Amino acid sequence: MTERHRVTLTVNGTEHVVQVEPRRTLVDVLRHDLGYTGTHVGCEQGVCGSCTVLLDGEPVRSCLLFGVQAEAADVRTVEGLGDQEHLSPLQEIFSSSHALQCGFCTPGFLMLATAFLRDHPSPSDDEIREAMSSNLCRCTGYQNILRAVRRAADAVADPSTEP
Amino acid sequence: MADATAQPSGPDGARWSGTPVRRVEDPRLLTGASRFVDDVAPAGLLHAAFARSPFASARIASVDADVARRAPGVVEVWDAADLELPGLRPILEREDFVVTEMPLLAREVVRFAGEPVAMVLAGSRYAAEDGAEAVEVEFVPGEGVSSIEEATADGAPLVHGSARGNLLLDAAMVDDAELDAHLDAAAVVVDATFSSGRLTAAPIETRACVAEWDARERRLIVHISHQIPHLVRTTIADLLGLPEHRVRVIAPDVGGGFGLKCVVGREEVLVAAAAARLQRPVKWIEDRLENLTASFHGHEQRHAVRVGFGADGTLLGLDADLACDVGAYSCYPFTCGVEPLMAATELPGPYRLTRYRARARAVATNKPPIAPYRGVSRPQITFVIERAMDIAARRLGLDSVELRMRNLIGPDEFPYRSASGLLYDEGSYRASLERCAAELDHATWSVRQAGARAEGRLIGQGFSCFSERTAYGTPAFASRKMAVTPGFESAHVRMDASGGVTVAVGTLSHGQGHETTFAQIAADELGLRPQDVRVVEGDTDVTPFGWGTFASRSIAIGGGAVKRAGELLAERLARIGAHLLEVAPHDVELADGSISVRGAPGRSVAIAEVARVAHHAAHRLPAGTEPGLEVRSTFDPPGTFSNATHGAEVEVDPATGAVAIRRYVVVEDCGFVINPMIVEGQVHGGVAQGIAAALYERLAYDEQAQPLSGTFADFLVPTAAEIPRIEIHHLETPSEHSATGAKGMGEGGMIGAPAAIANAVSDALAHLGVEIVEVPIAPERLLGAIREHPASVSVGGLP
Repeated sequence: MTERHRVTLTVNGTEHVVQVEPRRTLVDVLRHDLGYTGTHVGCEQGVCGSCTVLLDGEPVRSCLLFGVQAEAADVRTVEGLGDQEHLSPLQEIFSSSHALQCGFCTPGFLMLATAFLRDHPSPSDDEIREAMSSNLCRCTGYQNILRAVRRAADAVADPSTEP
Repeated sequence: MADATAQPSGPDGARWSGTPVRRVEDPRLLTGASRFVDDVAPAGLLHAAFARSPFASARIASVDADVARRAPGVVEVWDAADLELPGLRPILEREDFVVTEMPLLAREVVRFAGEPVAMVLAGSRYAAEDGAEAVEVEFVPGEGVSSIEEATADGAPLVHGSARGNLLLDAAMVDDAELDAHLDAAAVVVDATFSSGRLTAAPIETRACVAEWDARERRLIVHISHQIPHLVRTTIADLLGLPEHRVRVIAPDVGGGFGLKCVVGREEVLVAAAAARLQRPVKWIEDRLENLTASFHGHEQRHAVRVGFGADGTLLGLDADLACDVGAYSCYPFTCGVEPLMAATELPGPYRLTRYRARARAVATNKPPIAPYRGVSRPQITFVIERAMDIAARRLGLDSVELRMRNLIGPDEFPYRSASGLLYDEGSYRASLERCAAELDHATWSVRQAGARAEGRLIGQGFSCFSERTAYGTPAFASRKMAVTPGFESAHVRMDASGGVTVAVGTLSHGQGHETTFAQIAADELGLRPQDVRVVEGDTDVTPFGWGTFASRSIAIGGGAVKRAGELLAERLARIGAHLLEVAPHDVELADGSISVRGAPGRSVAIAEVARVAHHAAHRLPAGTEPGLEVRSTFDPPGTFSNATHGAEVEVDPATGAVAIRRYVVVEDCGFVINPMIVEGQVHGGVAQGIAAALYERLAYDEQAQPLSGTFADFLVPTAAEIPRIEIHHLETPSEHSATGAKGMGEGGMIGAPAAIANAVSDALAHLGVEIVEVPIAPERLLGAIREHPASVSVGGLP
């Protein structure tokens, strides 16, 4: 299993070349080979969604993909959304809605919600709930995550209201 | 709901405490700038993996690590014989407690499936796991015990030879010779056995630790995802034979704990030992299989009770036989007594009860040990008492809310001495129930339910009332007789020469937002803004000794220490400011970043200027004033009781037995609320875990004590689809035992939920004679009851 493959991928707009074992997961490549530690590992079983990143725009469980499968892919992680001085509108609303407590699952929810709101600019509450049920949070009981995504959707619909 | 973006005017007479200040923690957590343990990656890092027992009970005949040692990338393989280190020996100083030792690696025997037998260190986690698979262990499987029933049966195999009858604790906590006579005379005796399923905290960040040897200072640095850094330091120092100043423990951002991370695990000690021995950094990140099957569990209890009521509903007496399945070992330092002792002490709850007897047992089984998990026995005892209330109400033909009102301790009865000897400070027991019943329009419920039944719909309404001791200080823990007695908290507050404040506390936020709430408290004392205050936790080099964050202690105890230290610093600032302004100290006040002469608005000096003088112009200080601006304080309250009522409305699907929660209302009283946004968030998360305990989560084991729940597809942590909207209402009965008036509230959400839901489900099916006696409530059992229409059934969980 020590044979290595050369993989070229783009993360948040920056191109990287890595040599990886075929069994190395994408999340390990992102976190430990490339230093994008904002993406977290919660179960490695494909259930919790903490490792959610956007792969060519689509939310994926990066613990269920191998690094070699990201050849030529465009990956977006939480580090690509905004920085501490310039939070993205969604990050801002997560904070103002108290949609995070320990913050470990938060990057996964942010990436999930980013793709969801892009594809569903005027979602119903049920659609938000269904989409956010992809990921697990152990702290918030989801109350304020759902509220934050609702507010973010409303802010896109009417920019004068938020954040 | 409060607008979380609202900022108080602060200086204009308003206080920061009591307002929903936005969290200073958020920006780093939202952007990936946070630092969790797995983000720590020193050069030369080795990764640990463990070879674990596949058997619940076995003798270890041999361990052969030759193949594993030759595996690519493997650096070391150790079994128990290689270690020469003592194990973890938690102690209760009670005659009825059996001391057990949890070896760091299993020696000679394994007592649960998942117990570590060998530790493999390699250049990558992948190589370490390859190595762990290559360790050849010859086991001779034995008979294990998988349940309280099996463990306590005559002739049951013993988990520990020293624990007869598999009892690690058998405590007659309270007795009353008159009790039986009172129960005999009762109009109704609820005689039932209630069971709660095995759970685990399952924080999304699993346990994690990186230890490194600091060659420059010749000492160990341990980064660990933990709730009590100073406890970790003591434990590692004791076991490795180091003085504590040769060990530095850092808990960076911590991804949830819920109690799991307030005990010290063997893997964490082993990682520290390996780093010290090899003088290389070593990392272990628990995987989810390990987390679910080999960490710490809790809440698996069985309570046989007799609860007597008079014809008017008066609670006459309670006889309880409490048994907790504590697994194979005691957790360090709390011991396996943590659940049974809590259960027996707090079972009487918020009700007036004078006749009480309790036997509390810790039963050893071949399953992972328990640790404190959010609520610690209170969700189970609340389930027992609140189910008994509803069953009694039905049998007496009384309304369940009315029955509770007749028994709840009233506002004029505080302080109230419970039958188990606890002293309850003032709470709003009746008011919280009244409010919750009003919110759910209980008065019209029977009409609404009859209407729904006529349409073939099964709807139910249920309540649960509870009080919970929070903010355990040293005296409260001392009564438990742990060899290690937690309780007090310390704060170190210093102002630098620019007027910036650093507050260092021994608590450890892992989602509770202490960097925000403690800054609110300090800012109020100092006449500053929260953003002028930096709160530091989680580093034994930087913070004063403290007991971390567990048992709903931080805001009440840690916040009290911060407030007291803030008062001391404010006094010092006032004295210096008054001297500079040439007035008496009692003539000045601190507000809006300045020290001003009362009644003379123009005469003031900026606090930042005073800070500059205190450091850079000490010759200008008043005579006898110490240079610099540093103060310390401790706080150690006796404990204070929070209370709440939860109310639920559910609908049971007659076709599937599935339970849907239509409404969920919490009326809670945690005294003075420092940050309502954060308090509501804590309630939300607790209720979600309580709903999980009521309807979804259970760590299943087969009869051989083999774990059946190894993934999040088996242990069903609820998603957003399962958790309904949670309505929260606050009552405020300030505590006289905490410096701020706050009471603890981190666990309450979880405590009330299983009982409220079980009562609501029982109400929905009451006309079928169903009384829920076990959680989680299994849909297939409900379905069976619905289809069979038996005259009377007790509905349990999964077989």
